[in-house]
Amino acid sequence: MKDTMAQPVIEAKGVNLVFQTGDGPVQALKDVNLTVGKGEFVSFIGPSGCGKTTFLRAIAALEHPTGGSLTVNGMTPEEARKKRAYGYVFQAAGLYPWRTIAKNISLPLEIMGFSKVEQQERVERVLDLVELTGFGRKFPWQLSGGMQQRASIARALAFDADILLMDEPFGALDEIVRDRLNGEVLKLWNRTGKTIAFVTHSIPEAVYLSTKIVVMSPRPGRITDIIDSPLPKERPLDIRESRAFIEIAHRVREGLRAGHGDE
Amino acid sequence: MKAGPVLGVLAVIVALWYAGAVWLNAAWTYDQAARNGTVVTFGGLLADTMAQERPVLPPPHQVVAEVWKGMTAYNVTSKKSLVYHGYVTLVSTFSGFVLGTLLGILMAVGIVQSRTLELGMMPWAVISQTVPVVAIAPMIVVLSNSLGFGDHLGVSNALVSKTIIAAYLSYFPVLVGMVKGLRSPDQMQLDQLKTYNASEVQGFFKLRLPSSVPYLFTSLKVGIAASLVGAIVGELPTGAIEGLGARMLIGSQFGSPIIVWAALFAAAALAGVLILLVRALETVVVRRMGVRG
Repeated sequence: MKDTMAQPVIEAKGVNLVFQTGDGPVQALKDVNLTVGKGEFVSFIGPSGCGKTTFLRAIAALEHPTGGSLTVNGMTPEEARKKRAYGYVFQAAGLYPWRTIAKNISLPLEIMGFSKVEQQERVERVLDLVELTGFGRKFPWQLSGGMQQRASIARALAFDADILLMDEPFGALDEIVRDRLNGEVLKLWNRTGKTIAFVTHSIPEAVYLSTKIVVMSPRPGRITDIIDSPLPKERPLDIRESRAFIEIAHRVREGLRAGHGDE
Repeated sequence: MKAGPVLGVLAVIVALWYAGAVWLNAAWTYDQAARNGTVVTFGGLLADTMAQERPVLPPPHQVVAEVWKGMTAYNVTSKKSLVYHGYVTLVSTFSGFVLGTLLGILMAVGIVQSRTLELGMMPWAVISQTVPVVAIAPMIVVLSNSLGFGDHLGVSNALVSKTIIAAYLSYFPVLVGMVKGLRSPDQMQLDQLKTYNASEVQGFFKLRLPSSVPYLFTSLKVGIAASLVGAIVGELPTGAIEGLGARMLIGSQFGSPIIVWAALFAAAALAGVLILLVRALETVVVRRMGVRG
């Protein structure tokens, strides 16, 4: 991994983020240091309130750190957003019910001013990429939850951002669908070489997908462990029964427990 | 089978109505009998209360007969035709509805986009609806007659005043519904647009406006009925000789409740038809927007 880190894609140095609430300030992130290299698949795992989603939102310039420095492709998150550096996949697919799948995917393209022809080409391409070929003319309600989430991933991919930010994208789906989509995300990552930042609650999901696992703990939100995964890039589903996998999962669990210990 | 409950309720209403007609019209029958020195039998009472010329409460068949006569007995352009009066009311209902809807949508857009406009306009919009329309209608009539907008527009001043009154009543439900509809997108959807670096205007047209469509139609159904009420109220103080409202006024001035009731029924039927029209439009739009159902 080290050789790909010439220019970090995401670099956080001493990031602090304090929310001002009615009950006084809440420290959502405390002294977060993290470097993510190009092409890495980094997962953020931790209990609710550990700041994993807040950190992802800060990368997307949806939240603003109150201290430290955070850069995306060497720029501020706002500048990176203007350069279309990332696509963001939310927990809910959030497809517009009045648009077909194809029109939903071309929504960001319309906003960014791509030509009609190019919109069509790109929609076709990303539909292939998430294996929804031929579903462009369907409306969202005609698709299952898993397919809708795939369409929302396609939408995030449509404008060719190098970074994919995913906030518990499969959290609302059942285990079986989730397993399949995890496999597909890995395939997608292999094929496109994108840098993916992925927030999850699930230890197996984090270990299965990631090259780097960031374990976080709450009050204040902080990083308790960063694990570089020794698993190979090719990951069949049964890798989850391998010794290496179980050892990493164990270390993640330990990290989560340690974070809770000092409550 | 769906019609069952509706017809059941209708039967009860009709039965109560007939009973009420006998009860309320009996006084006249007894008066007449006392004057003529005759005795009223039960059968005579029933027959007489069903067929008085100026009943206190006209029984349903008299009203239906009057409506039927009003619709078929005269040329539709005649001042005696209910179709003619209905048409006059319909025109001002529509013009008021269109004006009110546009006004409501524009105000809602302003209120959603600007906090200042919300603080400045919303209280006045609410206050406007607490003023009784019967109080404000005569003033609107007088003002539009003296300002003579209609003369500039090439329409009657009566139409202008009725349009304004109908719009006054119908803009409010549209305003309230549209404010709610334009604010219906959730935070996640708004954040998503932010990640695309979308402008306010793009967010408005691509997300807020389409999201508001279901709310708009709910409001339009309330709004069109309110417009009809406004148009009719607008016909009362105008000294108008046209329209269902004028018909009601004439009926009550000439002591002929049957005419009032017939006009009332025509207005109710008109309201029903208008709401069905809005619903049909809704079905078409919703289907074109691809939403199930």
